[in-house]
Amino acid sequence: MLQVSQLNAWYGASHALQDISLEVTRGEIVCLIGRNGAGKTTTLKSIMGLMGRARGSVIFKGEELLRQPAHVRFALGLAYVPEERRIVQGLSVRENLRLGLVASKHKKREAELIDEIAVIFPRLAERMDQEAVTMSGGEQQMLAIARAMIAKPDLIMLDEPSEGIMPVLVDEMFELFRSMKAQGTTVLLVEQNVELALGIADRAYVLDQGAVVHQASAQALLADDEIKERYCSV
Amino acid sequence: MAGLSFDLIALQLFAGLALGAIYVLFAIGLSLIFGMLTVVNFAHGAFYMVGAYVGLYLISIGGNFWICLVAVPIVIGLFGLAVERVLIRPLYGRGIDYPLLLTFGLSYVMVECVRIAFGKTGYPFDTPEVLQGAVDIGVGYFPLYRLFVIGATAVVLLALWLFLEKTSYGLIIRAGARDPQIVRVLGVDVSRVWLIVFGIGTAIAGFAGLLAAPLQGVIPEMGGTILAEAFVVTVVGGMGSIGGAVLAGLLVGVVVSMTSLFAPEMAKVSIFALMAIVLIVRPQGFFGRAGLMS
Repeated sequence: MLQVSQLNAWYGASHALQDISLEVTRGEIVCLIGRNGAGKTTTLKSIMGLMGRARGSVIFKGEELLRQPAHVRFALGLAYVPEERRIVQGLSVRENLRLGLVASKHKKREAELIDEIAVIFPRLAERMDQEAVTMSGGEQQMLAIARAMIAKPDLIMLDEPSEGIMPVLVDEMFELFRSMKAQGTTVLLVEQNVELALGIADRAYVLDQGAVVHQASAQALLADDEIKERYCSV
Repeated sequence: MAGLSFDLIALQLFAGLALGAIYVLFAIGLSLIFGMLTVVNFAHGAFYMVGAYVGLYLISIGGNFWICLVAVPIVIGLFGLAVERVLIRPLYGRGIDYPLLLTFGLSYVMVECVRIAFGKTGYPFDTPEVLQGAVDIGVGYFPLYRLFVIGATAVVLLALWLFLEKTSYGLIIRAGARDPQIVRVLGVDVSRVWLIVFGIGTAIAGFAGLLAAPLQGVIPEMGGTILAEAFVVTVVGGMGSIGGAVLAGLLVGVVVSMTSLFAPEMAKVSIFALMAIVLIVRPQGFFGRAGLMS
């Protein structure tokens, strides 16, 4: 579904990604792990089209994305939940969800899809008309995920969804990722909580200093203390 | 101060609201464009002026004021779309000063073109016949046309509010003003939204110019004065805030109107005194978000 090859990206003069290659197959949960600054977020941003300067190749469902702007990538079925969540100030929960549909081909089914998402996220259903930024961090994260899911993307990229969220909500969230996978959504996950992420992932790539240094099945990596120690311990 | 009755003050207050209504229309466009595109549109006054001249021209070829009310915002809006698409768009991402200098230069070009086409001297602009005269508003007789200006402004504001609050496009604009990147990630072609916002802002400026024409006549320099005053309005209201522009526009209108009653020689200075006071108490203006300029 997604083939990234020889991807390079820069922040100004700093060469943030160096020849990243990775692949995600339909229906998989693939995880990117590594220390802070290893290039995980930059990889997701480059795939979504948010890096000013990127070279290489990003092929999604057979189409080369690298020269396409972010909104075209969305239309092709790519969704991205950024680390900072980006819940829009001044908008209610419902309006944030509507925002996830304004540019989607499902726009006409707005009411129906919002009802549908409210069943999956009961916490949001109770707060539909509340201003979204007044909710807790965990609820805002749920909203950010719901806003990305509502347009039914083929591949959803999540950046550090568990960060700063209380454990009970994290469990709920990871349960949700499992059921998303069961329903056929492909997931590319960046996560600091390595054990948790590998618990639901099929495969993982280990990044260090802007490059892929290791790849393995999630099971194999869970058992590989040396790799985890070398590239993931803080 | 003899002769200053309650009725006179009340009438002057209404006159201030009519003046403020023009400021409001001018400043909401300025504010909308700044809040969304971070473009300080120095040509806004020129669009306003051209709006009045387009009205003048349409009437000279046999149109009437009511046709102008519809045609002027359309013509100026389309002109605004062309300006954004061709001149401003290439400058995005280069910092706030590039579009500022461009629109500054553009306003000179527009004023000069109007001088060439219509001459340097101004023209009177007749108040449409049905809006001539005055009506009794309880405290005294008030010019009907000024009431019409207040009413027309209210209609534009209501339409704009409905558009922003009740439509998907409005939702995109409200969200895009806060966070253009997430709107892009959610599939919106932000450059198209910016184009439309610029078109709407300039269309309202043209409409304001037309409404102002019967009050003060038309001259090529009419946009320059109001631009300076409208910047005060947007600063007092808070850069990028539409609600702030409305409140501050009316307030500035009333302050000017009242000082011209009590101390006419202070009227022009009063605007800037008001701005200074507001900025001391609340540097981001009434509804402004701190740090928007940084």
